[in-house]
Amino acid sequence: MYAIFKREFKAYFYSPIAYVLIGLFILISSIFFLSNIYGGYADFNSNLSQMNFVLLFILPILTMRLLSEERKNGTEVLLVTSPVNVTGIVVGKYLAAVAVFLVMTALTSVYQFILFGFGNPAVAQLIGGYVAFILLGCCFIAVGLFASSLTESQIIAAVTGIISLLVMWLMGYISSFTTGFVSKVLSWFSILERYDDFNIGILNLGSIIYYISFIFVFLFLTIRVIEKRRWSKG
Amino acid sequence: MIEVQNLTKTYGQITAVNNISFTIEKGEIVGFLGPNGAGKSTTMNIITGFIPSTEGTVKVDGYDIMENPKEVKKRIGYLPELPPLYMDMTVQDYLYFSSELKSVDKKKRKGQINEIMELVRITDVRKRLIKNLSKGYKQRVGLAQALIGNPEVLILDEPTVGLDPKQIIEIRRLIKALGKEHTIILSSHILPEVSAICERVIIINKGEIAAIDTPENLSKGFDNSSKFSIRIAGPKNSVLNLLKGVYGVKSVDVNERKEQDVNDYIVDSTTEVDVRRPIFYELAKYGYPILELKSLSMSLEDIFLQLTTEEKEVG
Repeated sequence: MYAIFKREFKAYFYSPIAYVLIGLFILISSIFFLSNIYGGYADFNSNLSQMNFVLLFILPILTMRLLSEERKNGTEVLLVTSPVNVTGIVVGKYLAAVAVFLVMTALTSVYQFILFGFGNPAVAQLIGGYVAFILLGCCFIAVGLFASSLTESQIIAAVTGIISLLVMWLMGYISSFTTGFVSKVLSWFSILERYDDFNIGILNLGSIIYYISFIFVFLFLTIRVIEKRRWSKG
Repeated sequence: MIEVQNLTKTYGQITAVNNISFTIEKGEIVGFLGPNGAGKSTTMNIITGFIPSTEGTVKVDGYDIMENPKEVKKRIGYLPELPPLYMDMTVQDYLYFSSELKSVDKKKRKGQINEIMELVRITDVRKRLIKNLSKGYKQRVGLAQALIGNPEVLILDEPTVGLDPKQIIEIRRLIKALGKEHTIILSSHILPEVSAICERVIIINKGEIAAIDTPENLSKGFDNSSKFSIRIAGPKNSVLNLLKGVYGVKSVDVNERKEQDVNDYIVDSTTEVDVRRPIFYELAKYGYPILELKSLSMSLEDIFLQLTTEEKEVG
């Protein structure tokens, strides 16, 4: 699994894609940051919340080639005929994408120097905000990876990932104008509902478990999809 | 070492492999021969665990590929028709990655990779990105990958395709040398290659086995006659009569040559009698020297064509 993680992570930086996406992320977050500062807000969490929507697009693009490319290039046979578990392959690739995401996130620490240098931001809230941001990103990556396992085409993987995330995103909004049971169900499934607690500095254990379970579900689904393909008897 | 029993693979209505069975002993070099679409690659893909069979079993070293895939995969090095190369990696990194996938002992990795690179002659391109290599080099990197981990079994799908004649000879020599310590299955369209390297040949056609035997036995089996080409110096008609008179000779054809009174005679005889000695003695009696004697038994090409070409009755 470590071998796959290493290879995938290095491969990201051999092609332009990682640089482009990280660059884009920094560019957009800087724009939000500047507009917030000029508005007099030292609250970085709102910046992060704005970036969530951007992640919805960036992360499926990041993950689009993880599994679809192996099939397209013919390298899948190398992985399948080696004595490695499907689980190891999936988790290795997942972690590589997460690592790139963490690089992006780590770069936002630059802003903290500015904020702390000139203002007095609340540390607890900031930590809560980052934890939520990272967990959410990890969830998005899990969905993107799953989308990549479904097809040989990177574009379709990216689009499927983006649309799936949009649907999940919208569920939270829809629940706000529906009532009763439907509203409750939708808001339970919405990954954004649980975000708010983090923003005020509360690390809600239930929410953390929710996010982690979400990630496990999608990784599990990805593993199942791959295994089903391998064992299909025609 | 490798036991394939009643192996069948269907894709919906299409039967790619139909109930084939064969056994390969440890240390054998066996060739898969067959036209395109015969089922060679499918069979190899099933043995290596890339695709599952629809019916039947495959056992490698006693382990069933469906029940114990990991054990089987540890023992096989596979070079598929399309080498599974990561274009964005260097040769060295790629081979290192392969050795990680195959769980080669960490300390042995570097040494083994260097050895293999030497063997396959890719040491001088080891720092190059794979996408920048020529087809021949790419093929050799693929072969190197199959050798990583020193697996007991090597399954090579058209290993010399894309190589120039010099490289082909090298690789054939390499495969023959590897055959001393490994069990090898080799598929090829190049018939002379298969008869040169392989101890046994499995001819597959339309998903079924058409023949399994050594190249020599296959030749013999199809011959009910022995053919020779003999270059003899002497007057044509006398020589012809002489040859026809030898016991066992069925027919004689003449190919004339430019030199005066020197001709090539194609002698067709039964296999029960070795006509070479009687011919020699007869010709010596009359003073007609033999300048060249060649055996023309049925080549593997002929056998292959005969086994895999259908001739349906017309009308």
